[in-house]
Amino acid sequence: MSFLGFLVRGRRSAPVARDRLQILLQHERALNGGADLAAILQQEILAVIAKHFPIDRDRVVVKLDRGDQISTLEIDIEMPEAALARN
Amino acid sequence: MSKVVVVTSGKGGVGKTTSSASLGAALAQAGNKVVVVDFDVGLRNLDLVMGAERRVVFDLVNVVQGDAKLPQALIRDKRIDTLSLLPASQTRNKDALTEEGVGRVIDELRESFDWVVCDSPAGIETGAMMAMRFADLAVVVTNPEVSSVRDSDRIIGMLDSKTLRAENGERLEKQLLLTRFDAARAARGEMMTVDDVLEILAIPLLGIIPESPDVLSASNVGCPITLHNPGSAAGRAYRDAARRLLGEDIAFSAPRERRGLISRLFGRKAAA
Repeated sequence: MSFLGFLVRGRRSAPVARDRLQILLQHERALNGGADLAAILQQEILAVIAKHFPIDRDRVVVKLDRGDQISTLEIDIEMPEAALARN
Repeated sequence: MSKVVVVTSGKGGVGKTTSSASLGAALAQAGNKVVVVDFDVGLRNLDLVMGAERRVVFDLVNVVQGDAKLPQALIRDKRIDTLSLLPASQTRNKDALTEEGVGRVIDELRESFDWVVCDSPAGIETGAMMAMRFADLAVVVTNPEVSSVRDSDRIIGMLDSKTLRAENGERLEKQLLLTRFDAARAARGEMMTVDDVLEILAIPLLGIIPESPDVLSASNVGCPITLHNPGSAAGRAYRDAARRLLGEDIAFSAPRERRGLISRLFGRKAAA
């Protein structure tokens, strides 16, 4: 290691710490919050739909799939025929 | 209206017990009736840090299990008469704490004290969960260091999901107490700055406790630093944090160290 390298070693390592943490925590927050997120979304979507017409809770499916590169949120709402006809 | 505060961090060794004792003492010095509760069953230390280790007769587990009455287990501080300690058991493990029992003890403490300060054990298991369960607000103790910040982030997630308040859809206030902070090193880019940590954790700042040999001196003699050395930088920082808890608007003094180029170079060489 050069003399200059010896001098700067340990300098300005704080920005590295900050950046590493920001990337890591973004990932970890998604993982930790993920288990509940799909359930919360399902509840809230159901509540919104229920304001306008009665709906069977089994007809709203919320799926959260996490991949390394891409994550998908799939919301499948089966509309009851009768409710649509009335509106 | 009494307030239940949990002092928590996830990671061990960041200063939860020191901070519980110091904040508790500072709140009591400001005239409030305060009890500090040690939840670290099996590894109790709050008694030692507060200088009451020879006065422990009954403990939290005894009260939770109904083997002792609360007044029998409470130890009143000899220096500040509005400050009390409820020690943890040294011989049991954390599974001796039941949610129902802890809830009952906290309710009883609320009746006699303005502030109930719960010193959480490290980790995310039963002891830590019980310490945070009934909290109205949380003090998250963090060192400006990667593993501490990561663990604090995890604990903040738990405060938002596993506490009674969170489950009831109520707000649980969380505030950051940054301990062992070295302003000079942060200014040189060797340590994350206050703003770095605040930006990552995204909770309001309660206080910045500077790295200081006075903190060890205080725990050596079993006296909270706000009492042992109130004029020290760390003592003043804890007192300011306690006053912010009490709702006072206290500016954060910037303890930045101004150093010239020569002293910076010299300092770095000496430290390397």
